[in-house]
Amino acid sequence: MTFEIFTFSFMHRAIISGIAIAILCSVVGLFLVLRRYSLFGDAIAHSSFGGIALGLMAGIYPLWTAYGVSIVSALIMTRIKDRFNISGDASIAVLLSSGIAVGLVIIGLSGGFTIDIFSFLFGSILLVSVNDTILILFLTGIILIVILLLYRQLLYSTFNEEQAKVSGIPVEKINYLVVFMAGITVVTSIQLVGVLLISALFVIPNVTAIMYGRGFKQTALLSMCFSIFSVVSGILVSYVFDITPAGTIVLFAIGILACTLGIKSAGLLSRHN
Amino acid sequence: MKIVEIEHLTIEYPDVKAIDDVSFTVNQGDFLGIIGPNGAGKSTLFASMLSLNTKYKGTIKFFGIDIRKSKNYLKEIGYVPQKPIFEKNFPATVNDVVRMGLHKESDENKIDEILQQLWIHELSERRIGELSGGQQQRVFIAKALVNNPKVLILDEPVTGIDQQSIDLFYSILKELNSKQNITIIWSSHDLDAVNQLANHVACLNRTLFFHGESDEFFNNDDLVKQYSEASMQEHMHHH
Repeated sequence: MTFEIFTFSFMHRAIISGIAIAILCSVVGLFLVLRRYSLFGDAIAHSSFGGIALGLMAGIYPLWTAYGVSIVSALIMTRIKDRFNISGDASIAVLLSSGIAVGLVIIGLSGGFTIDIFSFLFGSILLVSVNDTILILFLTGIILIVILLLYRQLLYSTFNEEQAKVSGIPVEKINYLVVFMAGITVVTSIQLVGVLLISALFVIPNVTAIMYGRGFKQTALLSMCFSIFSVVSGILVSYVFDITPAGTIVLFAIGILACTLGIKSAGLLSRHN
Repeated sequence: MKIVEIEHLTIEYPDVKAIDDVSFTVNQGDFLGIIGPNGAGKSTLFASMLSLNTKYKGTIKFFGIDIRKSKNYLKEIGYVPQKPIFEKNFPATVNDVVRMGLHKESDENKIDEILQQLWIHELSERRIGELSGGQQQRVFIAKALVNNPKVLILDEPVTGIDQQSIDLFYSILKELNSKQNITIIWSSHDLDAVNQLANHVACLNRTLFFHGESDEFFNNDDLVKQYSEASMQEHMHHH
């Protein structure tokens, strides 16, 4: 039974997609965490709920409408935040609740479609199709290339916006790019852990990695490792014990964080902080 | 050669004029110390010179070009802020921070060179948040210098730093100005340091009440007294 699972093609797709999503969430999430925007992924995920409901009602593939709605609403919210000087956490709360509100109203209007909605709320990594896997790999590749090309600009504007501006970096455009990439990453990751647990993949491996890593690249690599380990272990263990993959993945990530906090409390990790 | 020309600069906030009709010029090789009490408008002036604040009246030119027309001048400037603000746990090494300032990724040797010049070479793999205030300030100077800037702008760069680091910092500035001919524009509270280092002085308290050669200012007891009194009043006001 244990080794048999490696022969199933759905398991190959789940693990390949899972690893790609783990890498994507780690890298994009690190920029969000360091910008004190940890819950932004959560807010985008909740706004994508409105997009999913819209797609289900209109008979369009729900992830496409989710991409559209969450990216557009995240960009609009960022614009409103800058223009009217609303604080980051308040803008996250607005985005988060409006997405859910829109979703609930649409579900109510269309008489409900609870089964489909559940797979988006809690993820369905074992059900990803070949096309889904190709799309996930493609988007992961594109976003990683963009990050590599604009690495200095992204890092510098995350480190200190004012100094980045003085160095001639178009900080405002970079900020919108981060929001745009976060939007794509969140919707792409919905299939893995669902709307409700998405921010765990953005935040937990990065918070853990920041405690070990010295430089930025080292921290990003560690975060990817923790994330990949959590995702692959979560998928396999959840299949063996017939429990939900999303919850198991997140619990593995929390387990690594808890161990790190224990090591740190014991004084074995005192270099930083 | 004129590096900076500021003409009739006025910056108004809703209830106060932060800068009132200020004009002065900085030439290549000048080491200009801008002195003035707290709230005199020094940081406001720098924010406009660096295009961080664009709501001002008057003209600021760098290398003869109005900075409203082109931001290319920023590539020739190294800027060291008063107290660099960053997340304490930010996972960036000294090397990472200096590299952020580098315009051309290919110029790898320049980072080692500049770290050695500022005596922080052995810290290159340490996290920036672990260093002392004086060490951090040297890292930020390294970042400002890594592109071989023509102008270095420093906004009260020794606030909260120990005396030993301050002395080292000043000797580095002097060397940059005298040996590498880098124009330095530096705001400071420390009159003695300005007297020792700067060859030009601008005395700012919303308006510019002196601009000229350093000797001219420090040899004129009336001017120094006038400045000290204004500064003392401001100091008392703040306490």
